[in-house]
Amino acid sequence: MKPIATTRSVTGIPTGRLAVWWVIASEIVIFGGLLASYVMHRLGHPEFGDYAANTNTWIGAFNTLVLLSSSLSAVLAHQAATRGEGKQAAKLLAFTMLGGLTFAGVKSVEWTIEISHGYVLSTNAFWSFYYTAAGLHALHVIAGVVLMGIVAVDAAKGKELQRVELVGNYWHFVDIVWIFLFPLLYIAK
Amino acid sequence: MSHDHAHHEDGFIKKYLWSTDHKIIGFQYLFTGMALALLGGFFAYAFRMQLGFPGKAVPGYGVVSPNEYNALVTNHGTIMIFWVAMPVLIAAFGNFLIPLMIGCDDMVFPRLNRLSYQIFLLSALVLLASFFVPGGAFGGAWTSYPPLSAKGQYNLTPAGSSLWLVAVALEFVAFLMGGINFVTTVMNSRAPGMKWADIPVVIWMIVLASIIFMASVGPLVAGAVMLLFDQQLGTGFFDPNRGGDPILWQHLFWFFGHPEVYVVLLPAVGIVIDVIAVFSRKKVFAYKTVLYTAFATGILSFFVWAHHQFVAGIDPRMANVFTVTTVLISVPIAEMMFVTIATLYGGSITLSTPMLWALAFVAEFLIGGVTGIFLGSSGSDIYFHDTYFVLAHFHYTFVPIAIIGTFAGITFWFPKMFGKMMDEKLGKAHFWATIIPFNFIFIPLFITGSAGDHRRIYDYTKFPDLARPELQNLRMIATIATVAMLAAQVIFLYNFAKSLMSGKKADKNPWRANTLEWTAPSPPPHGNFAVLPSVYRGPYEYSVPGRKSDYWPQDEPPEGKADAREEAAE
Repeated sequence: MKPIATTRSVTGIPTGRLAVWWVIASEIVIFGGLLASYVMHRLGHPEFGDYAANTNTWIGAFNTLVLLSSSLSAVLAHQAATRGEGKQAAKLLAFTMLGGLTFAGVKSVEWTIEISHGYVLSTNAFWSFYYTAAGLHALHVIAGVVLMGIVAVDAAKGKELQRVELVGNYWHFVDIVWIFLFPLLYIAK
Repeated sequence: MSHDHAHHEDGFIKKYLWSTDHKIIGFQYLFTGMALALLGGFFAYAFRMQLGFPGKAVPGYGVVSPNEYNALVTNHGTIMIFWVAMPVLIAAFGNFLIPLMIGCDDMVFPRLNRLSYQIFLLSALVLLASFFVPGGAFGGAWTSYPPLSAKGQYNLTPAGSSLWLVAVALEFVAFLMGGINFVTTVMNSRAPGMKWADIPVVIWMIVLASIIFMASVGPLVAGAVMLLFDQQLGTGFFDPNRGGDPILWQHLFWFFGHPEVYVVLLPAVGIVIDVIAVFSRKKVFAYKTVLYTAFATGILSFFVWAHHQFVAGIDPRMANVFTVTTVLISVPIAEMMFVTIATLYGGSITLSTPMLWALAFVAEFLIGGVTGIFLGSSGSDIYFHDTYFVLAHFHYTFVPIAIIGTFAGITFWFPKMFGKMMDEKLGKAHFWATIIPFNFIFIPLFITGSAGDHRRIYDYTKFPDLARPELQNLRMIATIATVAMLAAQVIFLYNFAKSLMSGKKADKNPWRANTLEWTAPSPPPHGNFAVLPSVYRGPYEYSVPGRKSDYWPQDEPPEGKADAREEAAE
């Protein structure tokens, strides 16, 4: 029982897609503020490079690969949804969810190793930024997995297929944030 | 298509507390905001009494201790900005007006809308809870600067300061959700025929405010998380001893904090312009220019923030840049004020209660705007910084915005909201009883501020230079005027309650206005319109030559064009 307002589309852009773009816009400034703060600190503190040397670039690179690849099945799911194949879209979304879960699993192992080496949130400003930025991103990964689960359940029944694209857009945004985080936190040493 | 829900009667909870109807959600925001305004007003009463009559027991409160004083001042500011101005001006009016004024039945995401209010309510409860934790509520000012705010051993409110941050962050989340809903609704769900230049100014302003909010609040959301970690998890983002930077917080805070001024200003200006057009029976002067200047204000508002930090040790060259941008932003704001005056010029003016409030907005905001020039110029700001001059300045902007603008809106749309007319006599009595004391509060404070009164002093008797009777008398005048202004609100509450219960029944369009909400029944039912309207012209076609009536509703088809809809019964 949607109101008539929801069914109108004066701009020609579907309402859901428009809203997701606004969500992404507001998220960009949240991550933007955090990363700008980090970059300002990084420029003022050359010693951050030494701290960053203790991050595990290979684990980070693996997670980058996993996350970016998981976007492929999200795109394929969108394709399937436009063809009206809800079941196929749900299956492909499940692959993307698997990628997200792998990312989160690897990250928890990575953090366990770092914490066991004594690098914790309060060790110094670099590690504070590291855990805060990557943690905020990881929350978005988990949220994305949950959202995809909800969308996939509906899509499998052939309902609300337009949402497959929307959750995919959000997932690409989560990817892009990671593309900024990976070099800033792991590579710049 | 009408949404007829007569076949099942919703219970009280479903209808008023768990509703997805935009009007009910608007009322939820309105009444929550009004309740918190009373609390914020009570706080002002308590700390003003301490300043006017230091050390004496305040009737209804008791003796104000130094720590309580700080908590009262901090939470007065916090509540009035985040839990009064924003929910009332943006959320209450936005929710109530947007679907009605663009001619649709609801917001595009009604359940998201409900969730946004629920998170807002939760944020208010968290803030209230902070008064009952060990150490009491946060007292480090609404700007929450570290290192004071970052460490419990500095601010002495370890729990209160974190609850304050959580409450503010939740409030931001609620307004992000609401803002996305507002912007998407206005972009996609306007009535057929409503082009961008047919949208009423108030709706434009609420949308622009939502976008400015969305674009500016992100860094502070990140900053709030960082500060919370500093407080609770031992990080040192803002701790200079540990490689952090306290000035960073100031940048994150004011990058949001200054655009926030325009987030609340623009909707108030929108209300005022709409009210002035109706009660001048004239087209808004230079409608499109108003929009362009509002865009310019929005963009410029992102480049003025460091004028709050002239004494924070920023580079003097940067201070010069921010002086220029700050003085520059007064140009579009002045333009909007001139537009209201030009709209009045030659109009058939009716001095109804909403019109009085709208005119008072222009007059009083002018004082706030002009005194801002002194503070935006880095040279004079070094002297005025953190004095009562600053305080008087921003109260001359925020009171017109959050109080005067809101009263203009409430008295104007009350007939539509509740289907009853407000009492004009009581309305005018309330107007004068509010406006006169308001000036008696803050003009004396301009003087004490210029004489050197610092904002954060609890008891001036400890400062011989400032304890002189001529200054103390001014403080007492301000305090007595505060009591008078607060007492005057009883008239409003009485009028509100009386009109709600036994006011004269309002017809569809008591002010003979053009915009679409006036074509819906008063109050509008669920679904708003019996037949969703189409739009044929702009919102301000008043006193058009050659027409018998002096207004021309947006949904009235041009002469000779067939109209399938029922004629609106006048």
